[in-house]
This record gives sequence, C-alpha cells and structure tokens, in this order.
Amino acid sequence: MAAPAQRRIIFQHIDEPGYSNDLACYVRNGGYEVLKKSVTRPPAELIDEVKKSGLRGRGGAGFPCGVKWGLVDRKSGKPIYLIVNADESEPGTFKDRYIMHQDPHQLIEGTMISCFANNVKQAYIYIRGEMPHGARILERAIAEARAAGFVGKNICGTTYSCDIFVHRGAGAYICGEETGLIESLEGKRANPRIKPPYFPAVLGLYQCPTIVNNVETLCHVKYIAEHGGDAFTKIGTPNNTGTRIFCVSGHVQRPGYYEFEAGKITMGQLLNEVCGGPLPGRTFKAVIPGGSSAKILRFGERFKGKRKVGAEMVDYDWGVDDVPMDFDSLGMIGTMGGSGGVIVMDDTVNMVEALANINAFYSHESCGQCTPCREGSLWMKKITTRMVHGQARNEDAALLKSVADQIPGRTICAFGEACSWPTQSFIAKFGDEFKQYPETKKAAKPVGAHELV
Amino acid sequence: MIAPPKPDLVTVNIDGKEIAVPKGTNVIEAARLVNVDVPHYCYHPKLTIVGNCRMCLIEMGMPAVDPATKAPIIDPVTGKPKINWIPRPQIGCGTNVSPGLHVKTTSPMVKDAREGVMEFLLINHPLDCPICDQAGECKLQEQSTGYGRGYSRFVEQKNVKPKRTQLGPRVTLDDERCILCSRCIRFSKEIAKDDVLGFVDRGSYSTLTCFPGKQLANNYSLNTVDICPVGALTSTDFRFKMRVWFLKQTNSIDTETSVGANTVVWSREGQIYRLTPRRNDDVNDTWMPDSGRELFKSVMSADRLAATTHLDARVAQAAELFNLNASAGSIAVVGSGRSSVEEQFLTKKLAAALKASTQLVSRVGQGDQLLISADRNPNVRGALVTGLISKLPKIGDAPAASRSANGDAAVPIRTGGLTDLAASIDAGKVKVVVSIGEDLVAAGLTAAQLAKVSVVYLGTHANTSSAAAKIVFPTLSVFEKNGTFVNQQFRLQKFAKAVPGPQGATDDLIVLAKLTAAASSAAMASDLGSLWKLISAEVPAFATTSYAQLPETGILIDATPFAALPFVEGETLHYKPAAPAVALTP
Amino acid sequence: MNLKPATLHSIDEVITHYPVKRSATLPLLHLIQEDVGYLPPETCEWVAAKLELQPINVLEVITFYPMFRQKPIGRRHIKVCRTLSCALLGGYKTCEQFEKEFNTHRGEVSPGGEVTIDFVECLASCGTAPVVLIDDDLHEKVDCAKAKQLSDQIKAEAKKR
Repeated sequence: MAAPAQRRIIFQHIDEPGYSNDLACYVRNGGYEVLKKSVTRPPAELIDEVKKSGLRGRGGAGFPCGVKWGLVDRKSGKPIYLIVNADESEPGTFKDRYIMHQDPHQLIEGTMISCFANNVKQAYIYIRGEMPHGARILERAIAEARAAGFVGKNICGTTYSCDIFVHRGAGAYICGEETGLIESLEGKRANPRIKPPYFPAVLGLYQCPTIVNNVETLCHVKYIAEHGGDAFTKIGTPNNTGTRIFCVSGHVQRPGYYEFEAGKITMGQLLNEVCGGPLPGRTFKAVIPGGSSAKILRFGERFKGKRKVGAEMVDYDWGVDDVPMDFDSLGMIGTMGGSGGVIVMDDTVNMVEALANINAFYSHESCGQCTPCREGSLWMKKITTRMVHGQARNEDAALLKSVADQIPGRTICAFGEACSWPTQSFIAKFGDEFKQYPETKKAAKPVGAHELV
Repeated sequence: MIAPPKPDLVTVNIDGKEIAVPKGTNVIEAARLVNVDVPHYCYHPKLTIVGNCRMCLIEMGMPAVDPATKAPIIDPVTGKPKINWIPRPQIGCGTNVSPGLHVKTTSPMVKDAREGVMEFLLINHPLDCPICDQAGECKLQEQSTGYGRGYSRFVEQKNVKPKRTQLGPRVTLDDERCILCSRCIRFSKEIAKDDVLGFVDRGSYSTLTCFPGKQLANNYSLNTVDICPVGALTSTDFRFKMRVWFLKQTNSIDTETSVGANTVVWSREGQIYRLTPRRNDDVNDTWMPDSGRELFKSVMSADRLAATTHLDARVAQAAELFNLNASAGSIAVVGSGRSSVEEQFLTKKLAAALKASTQLVSRVGQGDQLLISADRNPNVRGALVTGLISKLPKIGDAPAASRSANGDAAVPIRTGGLTDLAASIDAGKVKVVVSIGEDLVAAGLTAAQLAKVSVVYLGTHANTSSAAAKIVFPTLSVFEKNGTFVNQQFRLQKFAKAVPGPQGATDDLIVLAKLTAAASSAAMASDLGSLWKLISAEVPAFATTSYAQLPETGILIDATPFAALPFVEGETLHYKPAAPAVALTP
Repeated sequence: MNLKPATLHSIDEVITHYPVKRSATLPLLHLIQEDVGYLPPETCEWVAAKLELQPINVLEVITFYPMFRQKPIGRRHIKVCRTLSCALLGGYKTCEQFEKEFNTHRGEVSPGGEVTIDFVECLASCGTAPVVLIDDDLHEKVDCAKAKQLSDQIKAEAKKR
C-alpha cells in the first residue's frame, strides 16, 4: 500500500521558499488572525475546544493536553504560569528546532492563545542552550509581536496582558522533564521534584500552578483554536488525533522530518517509501520509534494480539513494517511513539556498541539526584563500554538486564524508564548479539560500520 | 469494640496492623508506631523531604470503591475490603497517610526494590569499613545487612572522589563514602541558616563540597556529622579515637545555656569521647551546638581541684568557721545557676541553717535564636523554683574589653549579680562567703573585697576564688553525677552520671548535706531518692514529681508564679519568651 | 568582575524578567560567559551578590550544566555531536578529523589556542547527522571531508587576524 501524502499543518511553511521568520511574512500568511479571534472568545470555550480535540502532548509522554489544562489549580489565587518546553533533547528528535528557527510566530501565537485560555499573565519559553540562534530568533520575534500588540500589554486591544520571555538552558537533557525544567527556570540544578506533592498544575514554578507544554503541542493549539476541536479529531485516528511530525534519522536514504496524520502511516511506509529505504547494499536491522529512550524494534519480529478498531476487537499480526505510527499502536507492541524521533539502524550496526552509545548518553544526563538512576545509568554505561573497549564477558547480558530491571518505577522522574528501557529492550531483542559479542569483537567489522562509542 | 478514631486521626493498615495516626504523618513515621522499620537514608524527621535515596520504597494501596455507589468493594474470599495495590513502589517518606491506606513493607516488590537500591548505593562506595569511623553506627552497614543481597556483581572501576577534605574546623569529608542524600546540605540551609554546602558536578559524579574559600564553621556544623547516614562526614575531633561499639551511652543535658539541649555522653572506662544530641521534639529536636560538645574536655583538665585532706576534717573546719560567724548576715552564700535542682535545694537549706543571705551569679550573653539562649546558666529557674532565690540576679556589667567601639564583635558573656554582696563586704557585714562553684572575682568582686572575707569554696576547677579560699571542697562535674535542671521553658530534665569523678572529689550533694548538718546539727539526706521526698514535700511546683519517674525528655512544671519576671532569653527553637527579652545595653 | 557596560545592562534587564531573582542565574551565567569567554572564579560570588544568593548556589548550577565552563577555551569552540544518530553516520570520525586538523585532543585547547574540541550530547539535528556546532553556528552533514573544509576555514580566518 502506498504511503499517504504528508499533511503539513505545523510544518506548513517549513522550508518553503521565500518564507522568512519575521512578523511581516507571518502576518502576510494570515498570522495572528487566530489570536485576534481567540481573545474575543470566553477562555473556557478555548479550553473546551482543546479538550474536545483529544490533542496529546508532543513532548514524549502523549498526555492529553486538555486534561493537563483541566488539572490546573485555578482557585489558589496564585498566578498561573505557562512554560513552553523547547528543550528538545530526546536523541532522535529535531522537530521543534525547525518551528523555532523558521516559524517562530506560529509558536508565539499558539502560546498566547494558550495563555489567554488559561488566564496566564507570564509565559516563558525554555529553549535548550545549544540553540543560541533559536533563542535570538524567538527573542526578536517576541519583540516584533510585542510591538504589534500580540504579546505584552493589552493584547489585540483587549484588557488582557501577558508577556513571554525566552530562557536558555545550558546543556541538560533532564530539563526536558517538566519539574526539572521548572527547577532550572528557578535558577537551580535541574533536579526533578517528587510528585506528589509537586505536580506542576498545583505547585509548579515558584510553587504556583504551572502549565508546561511542548512547542509542537502549542502550535496544534493554534490550529485547534482556528478550526475547532471537532475538526482536529477528523485528522488522524481516534485517540491519536491531529498530525504527527516524524523525525527520521540514522540509516535511511532520506532522513528528515515528515508530518502525517497520526496513525495513517505505517513504519514500513515511512521508512521505505517516504525515507527511501535502507542505504545501498544494506538492510534494516532495528528501529527505535520514539526517541532514543523508546524500546527498540527488531526487523523480523512479529507482534500479535487483539486491538480495538471502532467498536470491535480484531486480531493483528504485524511485522515492524506494518505497525501504524501512533501512540496506541506503538504502545501495544511494547514501545512508544514518544517524541516522534525514529532512529534507524542497518545491518552494519552492532547492537552492543549502539547500546553503549545510548548508555553513555543517559549516564551523562542523569541528574544524579536519586539512587537507581544515578548509579544504574552509570553502571550500565561502564558495563557496555567495557564490553566494547575492554573485556566482554558472557554473563554481561544477564547482568545488564538485571541492573536495568532495578531502575524503572523506582525513580523520582521518568528518566529511570528512559535510561533503562534501551538496555532492557536491546537485551530482549538482541540478546544473541550480546552473548556472542566476546567472539564478534574479535572479527572484522562490517564494511561501512562506524565507531559508536 | 474499637472506638471510632478521633477526627484528626486517620486509620491505616501497615503490614496487616491497623493503627490510627495523626493526619500529615508519613508512612515511615506511621510504620515506626507499629514497630515496623522502613529503611531510609535521605529522610530526616526535622528536614524537608526530597525523596532521593529511594530506600524507603513501599507497596501501597487504597480500598477499592464501587464507582456508582461509592461503597467499598468487599473481597468475597476474605470478606475484607478489596485493596487496589499500586503496581509500582512508592516512597514512604513522601507518602502521607490517608484514610484506609494499606502499606506492605515486606512484599517481594519491596524486598526487590530495597535490594536494588542497596546494591546501587554500594557499587561506588569504598569497602573501607575497617578504617571508617562510622562503622558500628552506619546506616549503609546496617541496612546492607538487613536488606541487601550480600554479594557484589560490580566488576567495574569505582568512581574516584576527594578524600579527607576539611570542610571546616570540626568536620572532615570523605566524598567517596557520600551517598548524596543531601541531609547535610538541607541541615545547613534549613536549620543552621548557613548555606555553604552543595553538590557540584552531575550524575554519579556529583560531589559534596563546601564553597571554596568558605568553611563549614558554624556552631552547628557537627550536626551534619550526626545526621550523615554514612561515614562521609566525620568529626575531626572524634576521628580514629574509638570504635563506637565500645562506648557506653549516658543521657545528659547541655549545660551551656538555659535551652537545656538533651545530649548523650559517650564514654569508655571512665573517659568521655564525645557528646551528641539526643532527640527531644520539645527542646532541641535532634540538634545541639558544637560548643556544647566541647564541654566534656574540661573533665580531664589539669586544673581540676583535688583534695589534700579528709572530707570530714574540712567539714569540721568549716563548722568551726560557721560557729565563729553565727550572727545573722555575717555569712553569705553564693549559689549557682549551674547547680542542679537538688544542689540548689540543699544550698537553700545550708543558707537557712547559716542564717545567710543568698545570691546567684548571672551569666548573660547573646542568644543565637536556635539552641544558644541569652542565659548561659542552665538552671536559674531551678533556683527560683526551689526558692534559693526569689528574684532574678542582676545582669553584670559588660567586661571592659567589650566596651570598645566594635559593635560587631561577639557579645561577651556578662557575669555578675553580686553588687549587693560587694556592698555588704565593704560595709564589713559579711565575713564568710560560701561559694558554690562560682568565682567571685569573675562575678564582679574586687580582689580587695575577696581579701576581706573567708571563702568556703565548693567547685570543680581552680580559679581565683578557690586559690583564695580558706576551705576547698573539690566536687563533681555534670558528667560525674546525677541530677536535674529546669530549663527556660520550665521543663525539668535529668542528667545522669557517665563517668566517675577524680580521686578526692566529692559529690556536691554530699558536701552540701554535711555542711548543712554541721551548721544545723541535724542530719541531712544526700541521696537523690531521699532528697526528692523532701523536695516534693516542700516545693509546690514539684509536689507530684519524683526523680525516679521523670521521663528522659523531662516534664513541664508550673511556671505561673514566675510569669512576671524579666527573663533575659529571646526566642530560640521551641521557645518564645512571654515578654520581650531584656535588651543588653553596652 | 570586569564586564562590558553592555553586559551589565543586559544583566540588569534580564533580572526583571522574573518575579524571583534567583531565576536569572542561568541567564547571568550565559551573559558573563559570552562576555569573558568563560566563568572566572569570582563569578559565583558576583552572581550570588547580584541575585541575593549564596555562592554555593551558583557553583552548584555552574557545575551541573555542561555548557558552563570555569576555564578558558580556544578562540573557537567546536562541539561535535556524539549521540546515536550522529555516531551512526560517522560522528566519531568527524571528531577525530577535527582533532587531527588542529593537533589536539577532545577537551583540550589546541596548540596556539585556536580551538577547543568537545564531544557533546545530542544537538537536536539528527536528520542532518553528523552535526557540529562551531561557536553558535550549526554545521550539518559534517563528514571527514567537510570537517577538513571547516577546519581550513577556521585556520584561514585565524591567519587573517
């Protein structure tokens, strides 16, 4: 079956010739019209539209945005803050970068609509430190929007005022975790907070109710405000509404970003047709479907079970190629859609070495606050690095699995899962490679294989 | 039938045991009440909760409720309410009780979680228990025995971190032993208000540090050693001196100030090795000042007074002196706010028998709003309650040195209160002064005034007064005897003998009883049991109190007769003065 | 601290962005690092005084975030992405190429002080791997040939100075 055409909602103008990131260009293309209309509507109506839309957060967890907004404590009398999570840092994910660099006003408009809907008077965009140009572009765009009355005092001539400031991170993956981000924004080490009691919706930034939304999510809000929640549910599939941006990287012919209706494209269509298939002379070996923390899939494995289609339960029997790329289907086969970062590995890749690379990342990024993640992530890194650069033992696979099993579900934040899922899934899917590695590493590497750690 | 719980109590079920606990209690504390140990490192009852060690993971559940009727669902098999158990473990420290909460602390899930956390804590921890001072009181040791697997699977290189860092004058840090629980950081920030400690670097390489150029030098720094669950922070003074399991623990009271922080004296074979705080939630929580921990050192000092003649010979000598000055007012007794309640009671008896005037030496300094109060006598209120004095001693003049312009310098302690006595000596009225451990010159008498009187001195250490005294009775320090103090809250607290006194020193009570007997020709009890019968009978505030039944954390006594007195203390931990504190003018 | 007037102005301005001064810690550290090139030892006390904090609060932050450095680096900072997508397409080789070009090792200042090369974690441009951030500029699809070309460019610019 041929892959569907891209449906570019969020990425409508990305890479469009002649489209620039200034206000004039944005307004020329109809920009800020939705905000102008939105500020004349009752805020509760906007929240309802978002609830109706079924929009799920695009940062990785897929938590329904309307539910998140519904949890906000609006009775405390304290100010409500909105933070744009622009810390895009899950390896394999690179969608927000293009929104911020090429279409910043789309984000600002979505942010202001969300702020208005939630009676937010101050918003911050927390952008990762490694995007200095992005921060400057956003700052300039905010200044333009402020001058034009879309940000700041008396937005679009109403009595509603709300400002946005850009806040730069400084190289910490953990700032993508919303309570770690809040700590960082408060000027501290980005140690995630314990929940309970520190749910951002109640005790967030400065102990005030706080909404933390991903860049792409807020852009979807703009679309929902314009077209309505019902219209949004017509895009995509039930429970996976709207479009999804897939960021494909690794061993494919045409890596890059592709926006499709959620659930309407399968892994095989995405990788083989859209991305042009494997590099010449290679075959796909494995794919991580939702950012490097998502559990890996091995080409050749099959997934069987029952799933709900409409009101009925139907059998499914999928290979990796057949899996629809939506939150629920990927969840059903034991991995996740996450942030939409699809990392492809072909037959030149040794899985021990790939895992060593991932483990090096997570041990470097663990904040170090709580024991299982701090010690477990580094231990796993030490084991896989030793396997590659030192002595590999037959028993290492079992040890790795056991160490990884001691982490998830026992940590302060979801980093525990993020750092252990790769090891768990690599061992589960490629246990043979781990066991054979003492022998494998003596042999010559496949042609085209790269050093990974 | 079980009585319905009080409104502010919630009933929870811990390992099958039902208990009603106050709202806001966390699972660790609730479990403690049913004698269930929930192991933990970062949690400390007096610090904020961070939940970082993950050792206190427990399994928890709530009764299932029918969504339609809101009625609890009963399990048909057991006939008990069905419990919805949360599939992942939760931290006990950060989980507060709620009605119907069910907790399992010994389930396979909990056991597995603890074994995992223990293993993680140990992989980068040096195996140096044989040379570690914490051994014997190390939570890592104890809990690895109780909850660990007992073998190591770690074959990689351990992290290397700084060793033997001097964090300040009294605290030594070994970063490799640190398990990053952050108790010391939170203590410094939240309790000592001296935010100098922190973690640098990230992940497993996070390292506890004092800010370069600063020191952990505040007067509460050693509390970080107490709360460090491992051997990372050790007392520079106590390091390598003694294995803790050889030490005997005796409950005592910090005598520095009227706060009366509860302490433990750690001793072996008559020698004291260290003092640590003892928890009293109404007085000092779990803290004590560093300065109070030094006090035991004077016990062994070279200037301890030693007797040269037999006690009875000296008592006879004193009796003779008393007989020669039998007219009322020619003898003065200088009592002490450092004496115990029992000693003050006998001092009062002695003064009555001698028809002597009584006065008390005052010691007033600057309070620190935590555990150092302005009154540097531990037991002025005891003297009031026993009737040794009826009004507060006058505050002494500032020592000459402090009158210089520098207002920032630490306010020196003003010792005084003897102006009336000085006048009586100058008037030639007082011929004999019995001093209970007070150096009269330090308290404001001049050398000339001292020369005019015969001094009978009871005390522990040599000073100007003991040197000038006609008769000296070497007595015991607080560590060498039993007794009670009344602190600033009017809390009666007891201390116990930890070590024997030096040869030739006599218990103050025995000396005072013998002197009283000599002065009144009637026997006087000197043992605490008999004395407390007298005290209860004669002192209204102690009418229902007995020494034997006094709890280790003390009891509050009736303070209303003294409510109007101008006490010098300002606010400290668990103490708010009834009236504004007396301001010290330069 | 000897900061440029423009930096001081930006510092005072950025503090106003937050209801709690402490929030300006990261922005201040960025501004100081942009001005001085690194964060000199007096930074902690200076920032602490400015934001009414204790110096340890600032040191904790500086050492948590890898982008902050407490030592001077070369005139140009070459950050090569090390993470999976870039490694899969030769990120390690790219890094080695830069090291060879400038006769230095990762984490060190090259002889002559022109560059410091670092491996960094994911730069969020995985679709154009391997990527390299040179100062503020992202360079995409940097294979060995492109690394050489970029190195030559840096060397040429250095000669012009």
